[in-house]
Amino acid sequence: MAGPVYIADEEAELTSVSLDGLCLLFHAPSGMTHIVATPAPEILAMLRSGPADAAELLRRLSAHYAFEGEAAAGALAARLEELESAGLVRRA
Amino acid sequence: MRHRLSLQIGPVAFRIGSAWKAPLDALARLYASYPAPADGLADFTVRLEPEKPWRRFFRPSVAIQGDYILPDAAPLSLAHGLLAAEMGMNLQMALGQKRYLLLHAATVEKDGRALIMTGESGAGKSTLAALLGERGWRLMGDEFALLDMDNGKLLPFPRAISLKNGAIRVMEAQVPAARFGPRLTGTPKGEIRHLIPNAHAIERMQEAAIPALILFPRFGEAAAVRGVGAAEVFMRLTQASTNYVALGRRGFDALTRLVSTLPALAIDYPDTDTALGLVEDFRQELAA
Amino acid sequence: MRNAALLVRALRDPASVRDCDWSGLVSAARAEQLIGSLAFRMEGRAVPARVASIFEGARRDAAHARTQALWEAEMARRALAPLGVPAILLKGTAFHAAGLEASVGRSVGDLDILVPKASLDAVEAALVGAGWERMKEKGGYDDDYYRRWMHELPPLIHRTRDRMIDVHHTILPMTARPKPDAAALIADSVTLDNGLLVLSPADMIVHAAAHLLADGDLAGGLRNLWDIDRLLRQFAAADPDFWLTLSARAGQHGLARAVHRAARLANDLYDTPVPEAWRTWNGLDPLFRARMLARNGWGQESRKALRFAFYVRSHWLRMPPLMLARHLWIKATRPRASA
Repeated sequence: MAGPVYIADEEAELTSVSLDGLCLLFHAPSGMTHIVATPAPEILAMLRSGPADAAELLRRLSAHYAFEGEAAAGALAARLEELESAGLVRRA
Repeated sequence: MRHRLSLQIGPVAFRIGSAWKAPLDALARLYASYPAPADGLADFTVRLEPEKPWRRFFRPSVAIQGDYILPDAAPLSLAHGLLAAEMGMNLQMALGQKRYLLLHAATVEKDGRALIMTGESGAGKSTLAALLGERGWRLMGDEFALLDMDNGKLLPFPRAISLKNGAIRVMEAQVPAARFGPRLTGTPKGEIRHLIPNAHAIERMQEAAIPALILFPRFGEAAAVRGVGAAEVFMRLTQASTNYVALGRRGFDALTRLVSTLPALAIDYPDTDTALGLVEDFRQELAA
Repeated sequence: MRNAALLVRALRDPASVRDCDWSGLVSAARAEQLIGSLAFRMEGRAVPARVASIFEGARRDAAHARTQALWEAEMARRALAPLGVPAILLKGTAFHAAGLEASVGRSVGDLDILVPKASLDAVEAALVGAGWERMKEKGGYDDDYYRRWMHELPPLIHRTRDRMIDVHHTILPMTARPKPDAAALIADSVTLDNGLLVLSPADMIVHAAAHLLADGDLAGGLRNLWDIDRLLRQFAAADPDFWLTLSARAGQHGLARAVHRAARLANDLYDTPVPEAWRTWNGLDPLFRARMLARNGWGQESRKALRFAFYVRSHWLRMPPLMLARHLWIKATRPRASA
């Protein structure tokens, strides 16, 4: 059963600065700043090639970043929920 | 408004109106050697008003009003009117200042390089800044550091330093009596006394400085120094900034630039002499 | 500066303001939530350097306020999308969403939306699910009073963003005498290119007039009236029949008196062009005018007795006398702890 399909904002809307292993994001549409850790930046990067549901995202992440294993799907679901709350990701 | 006073502090001009004479007299004495705004205009307005009309005379109660206010703020007694005026100016900066990125920090400068000391209240930054100010450093401010977002420099905002409890004793031993304001007892934070910055700081209150080092001092621990990662510095500085959120992309760019170019150290110190020694060591390292 | 006449003049005719009490003008504008609008009106004019800097800061501030307001609207849209229920933006947020003249320099506090009364519970549940929280406990006297008699849910505040949302089901309290047609407001709403919903032009004016005159004690009146001036100019310029439509619509909502008075006051203070027939001065108009100008050059509220009279009036308008008495009795006699 397919879950919700997620969309991320255009790359132009997000300014990203890396500082010792963490990623500082300025999100122009909200004017808000977020401090995020892997795999959040990678999830956003993978959504840029097009909207995807959790299963498709997992496939893209495994292909690009060796993001797999037992806990991967659960971690992805948790991060997606956080990104959605923060407004960085929305449902199609 | 019955009584009025105007003050220029660094780049900011205040006009303060009061229903009572006493608080403004005290404020005027504290800031006697400060210039009045050259253009006769104000960036911010503070008003000291009776909470209710009859409280102007009967158990006088000073409500802090002005361009920017906290709606539920408790009024102060007339005896603490000077505090009310200072709090009023703080509020205008905290809620209304958008031209500069505000950091809740004490800043001192030597040889054009500025030290930013930030951390929780009670960590001792005001006292350290005051002491450094008497040892050849220029005090730029003890409450707010003003970061110019266009060029990354710090601007001075040398208000009277608000010393509390034990810190009052430390500074009374080092500085002539004429440089102190009245002793205010029974405030929510205990005993407070204001220290007027020295002539050096006041004369140069329009001179910017290049930030060189960020310090997170912590009083009351065995001496220790550790580096602080840039991401942690960023997070702690935004938590300590009252206006970061309102400044959008400009604030983000200015602050990320600051934390990625400046070294940052957390220092624990058991006594002020240790801290002062550490600061001198850092200054020499930076100069080298 | 004894009253806000200088502020009104600066907004109405920026070129006419030269040597004046600049600090007084700025303080009055800040107190009346008009510093952003003033800063845009005065853009490019010769003013002292410090004032130019203050205005530049105010314009930047206004841009940020716009971003935040539109973001709140977007997050509410995301939370409510699954319900398929119309959620119409009101007030400042609506002006920004529609890119109206009235949005220039306009500060925005809470997000106000209008939804069908039948959807209130579902809307509240969806918002709570998306991170908004109730401020008062559900089921207390205040909460019950609110739900039964007011035109809106008790306000919700977002858990992380700390911004409030007011969900309305009509534009005046149920206890007020005029009974606006909420269903018509929703039915005639306009869908913007970005998918967000706002009221029709005539309904926007009716709402603004109701908000200004039929709902409160005129605090913030100069700002509300400035909204009305900007809206009327833009809508009348785009539609030669606008005044007829507005008249009809105002009557339909039972708010003809409020709309007419608002137009007269806007014409008087801001020189808003209004038809000759609308300009018959009413005996009480000078009182409204005086109340709106009751702000001095230190930013203080002046004319205390007049303000108090309007404060009493606002309660009178919101509640029939017997209800008011009962409401005040309950509030006065209830145990302190739940106050």
